Amino acid sequence: MSIKVRYFASLKERVGRSEDNVSIAEPLTADTLWRQCVPELPPPEQILVAINLDYADWDSLVKDGDEVAFFPPVTGG
Amino acid sequence: MRVKISIEPFDPWFEARAYQDAAGQMAGKFGALSLFVGTMRDFNEGDEVAGMTLEHYPGMTEKALEKIVQEAAECWPVLDALVVHRVGDILPGEPIVLVAVWTSHRGDAFDASRHIMEALKSKAPFWKKERLQATGERWVAENTDGYLKSE
Repeated sequence: MSIKVRYFASLKERVGRSEDNVSIAEPLTADTLWRQCVPELPPPEQILVAINLDYADWDSLVKDGDEVAFFPPVTGG
Repeated sequence: MRVKISIEPFDPWFEARAYQDAAGQMAGKFGALSLFVGTMRDFNEGDEVAGMTLEHYPGMTEKALEKIVQEAAECWPVLDALVVHRVGDILPGEPIVLVAVWTSHRGDAFDASRHIMEALKSKAPFWKKERLQATGERWVAENTDGYLKSE
């Protein structure tokens, strides 16, 4: 099973890369996925989660083939 | 209804005019067009800003904007709407965003365009990185409520 994990903006700079490709044995929460991908950094406050281009919660389940994104508060407009 | 992401500078007046002219079915139907244009300032939080880079999340950005416009169309009788948003490197004085809403009556145009703009500010995945005149670069931490703060 493979999941694409993406990081944006200031979070991308903190993590040091724009994406990870992760293999998982079974579905897991976004929170668990973060800890697996970025073990050196606890989930920063205010960081938002999206799964397959829609906002999601940290306890939302991620499954094979999903695209997960972590990013800071948005500042467009 | 249309949303556009533009890597190049855009002219909001041309965009609105061209969209309206192309939407021939609206002729004679709309009594109100509300246009909001957000433009880059050369100052922010007390610092002079030389430019900015707008990052976004391709795919999610368009989806989020389309959802926001659809929400507005479900709350107000919107005849049509256009949202254009810049990404990439931007200079002071250049438009960042256009929100245009066509309705039969002014109240709906004002309300729907305000809703779209505020929802865009809080939901659409864009991020601004400013290039300061004096001290390098910084990410904008969060959007404000949109009002001038009294000193």
